[in-house]
Amino acid sequence: MTRSETRPRAGSLPDRRGYFGEFGGRYVPETLMAALDEFEAAYRNLRRDRAFQSELDDVLRDFVGRPTALTEAKRFAEACGGMRLFLKREDLNHTGAHKINNAIGQALIAKRMGKQRIIAETGAGQHGVATATACALLGLDCVVYMGEVDMARQELNVFRMRLLGAEVVPVSSGSRTLKDAINEAIRDWVTNVRTTHYIIGSVLGPHPYPLVVRDFQSVIGREALGQLKKRTGAVPDVAVACVGGGSNAIGLFYEMLQHDSIRFIGVEAGGRGPALGQHAARFSGGALGVLHGTRSMVLQDEFGQIAETHSISAGLDYPSIGPEHAYLQQIGRIEYYDCSDDLALEAFHKLSELEGIIPALESSHALGWLLRNGASIGREKIVVVNLSGRGDKDVPQIAALEMTR
Amino acid sequence: MNRVRKLFTRLRAGHRCGLIAYVTCGDGPTVEIVHALEDAGADAIELGVPFSDPIADGPVIQMAAQRALKNGTNIGDVFAIADEVRTRSDIPLIAFSYLNPVLRYGVDRFADDAATAGIDSVLLTDLPTEAAAEVRPSFRKRGLGSIFLLAPTSSDARIAAVNRVSDDFIYYVSTTGVTGTRNELDPTLLTRLDEVRARVTKPLAVGFGISQHVHYELLRDHCDAIVVGSAIVRAVASGDAAGAPGRAAAVVKTILDRDAPAPLLSPAT
Ligand SMILES: Cc1ncc(COP(=O)(O)O)c(C=O)c1O
Repeated sequence: MTRSETRPRAGSLPDRRGYFGEFGGRYVPETLMAALDEFEAAYRNLRRDRAFQSELDDVLRDFVGRPTALTEAKRFAEACGGMRLFLKREDLNHTGAHKINNAIGQALIAKRMGKQRIIAETGAGQHGVATATACALLGLDCVVYMGEVDMARQELNVFRMRLLGAEVVPVSSGSRTLKDAINEAIRDWVTNVRTTHYIIGSVLGPHPYPLVVRDFQSVIGREALGQLKKRTGAVPDVAVACVGGGSNAIGLFYEMLQHDSIRFIGVEAGGRGPALGQHAARFSGGALGVLHGTRSMVLQDEFGQIAETHSISAGLDYPSIGPEHAYLQQIGRIEYYDCSDDLALEAFHKLSELEGIIPALESSHALGWLLRNGASIGREKIVVVNLSGRGDKDVPQIAALEMTR
Repeated sequence: MNRVRKLFTRLRAGHRCGLIAYVTCGDGPTVEIVHALEDAGADAIELGVPFSDPIADGPVIQMAAQRALKNGTNIGDVFAIADEVRTRSDIPLIAFSYLNPVLRYGVDRFADDAATAGIDSVLLTDLPTEAAAEVRPSFRKRGLGSIFLLAPTSSDARIAAVNRVSDDFIYYVSTTGVTGTRNELDPTLLTRLDEVRARVTKPLAVGFGISQHVHYELLRDHCDAIVVGSAIVRAVASGDAAGAPGRAAAVVKTILDRDAPAPLLSPAT
């Protein structure tokens, strides 16, 4: 088979049952099945609804601030070994990360479905802030579940959510991070499913979430392709993004997947090292499994108990990965690597000092990979990195960390 | 015909509503608890496989699973428990698990070992009928029944689908929510239960929240069995291990009101 035959056609996956090859699907308690059917039907209608799409476009332009800039980063590119490097500036979105693209989209759907109450989980707090913001804008009630560990390391975002009128519920079970916040959000949803829409923050969860979130985030790559064409006259040679659940990565890559010449790099959290529990590198350390409603690569022990994870960045600290990523990895279309806590920190400082942009710790993983591997790419190559968020939220954590070093 | 199916045939013939007791394996002396539950009048046992991320469970069963995992309980231990129960008892055994531990163990291997251990049926909380084909043929080959759930939110089409693929009985979830004891049952439960019952041919067991004798009285003419979980799990946890079988048995007796001793349940949370 030639490359172009195996390449997924944009829009061809997931299949009708929500699978990307053997990944994806819908593995949830029966109580939620009706709500997922309802959500899927609403989305399929709205996806083709002109009025809905133009309302979304208006909000993205006038409220979120799209299109976001594409910034050439010459000094950081030199530090990486030299290339034409462009940063897709999702950090310049209102609320400071790509998460709002999805939160606004889903909140608009919820409103159309007549669901007045919104719940969300959050790790870094960016998705929680984005959801709280969308709910404030649209007059919806908002409850955000957040692990206690994450509440401590992302304190600023907890205050922001409360300022925006959201209720933030601390989650004290398990590892007290993103995975446990999702457990608690699902339990809330099972209980209040008739009145509540659950806005998942990444390309995770049962069908149709991976599809819906991908669609709302694909605006990133669509804009980037247009901007790069204008600036360089070409499509990029390499596209790089960090991968927590995988929404900013799919957002950048999705529209680019139709170009065979582009090389895609997804960067997972390498944490402190390769031992189970010390990282969130699902492809090198995980196995096929089902977590939070979807079949994908999951960090787990030999008995199928979900493993704890570690990353310096709360947004990458999760034991599973979006099913579409698992599929694209399996067919060899995207390469995945990991970046350690230390390397991410190094990149965090370098970008701040060389470009005047303080990146989110999550995005710093993508930059860290480039810092270490950029020299092998080639000076003439065009590279685009998704700068998925700004680092303001991480400044207190970094300050505390460096005081103790 | 497996023991679960035989039980429901017997219950229907005798016009009796049965009681299915849930235990989290590895939280307390499970084998002794199972025997005590049977002696107290339980008709069948659900053996809960502890899982790290039990999204359908409330705090009582969550914490039981955490304790069981801390004790090092895994699927192999659940089979060992079933095996040991079988040396003394013929009570129907239903394995109750989330999907991931079963996938990791291997579906065929799980079916082999469960059947060998004397387990009769399997219920996977997060496996909807759409994905039944991933496990059911393998379970069936080893004579294991697959049990599926219905909920207050299930559409008519889903009720029909569950009635098709659920082998020995259907588990009806009494309310939208997670497991846990409740003082009041969902006010719409009886009406809804009668509606569902009119649409299915398989026996119907009702669970989630059932913890008191009045619940049993209310439900006994509307279903084939009730399932009692959190009330038992909480009783197991509320004292020393030696007393756990007695405390679990007392819950069943109180609910069935067979020579019930003084009130045993602390106010439901
Ligand atoms: C700035 C930023 N980037 C990336 C992520 C990781 O999520 P995803 O992989 O879905 O983009 C997060 C999650 O919180 C984030 O806040």
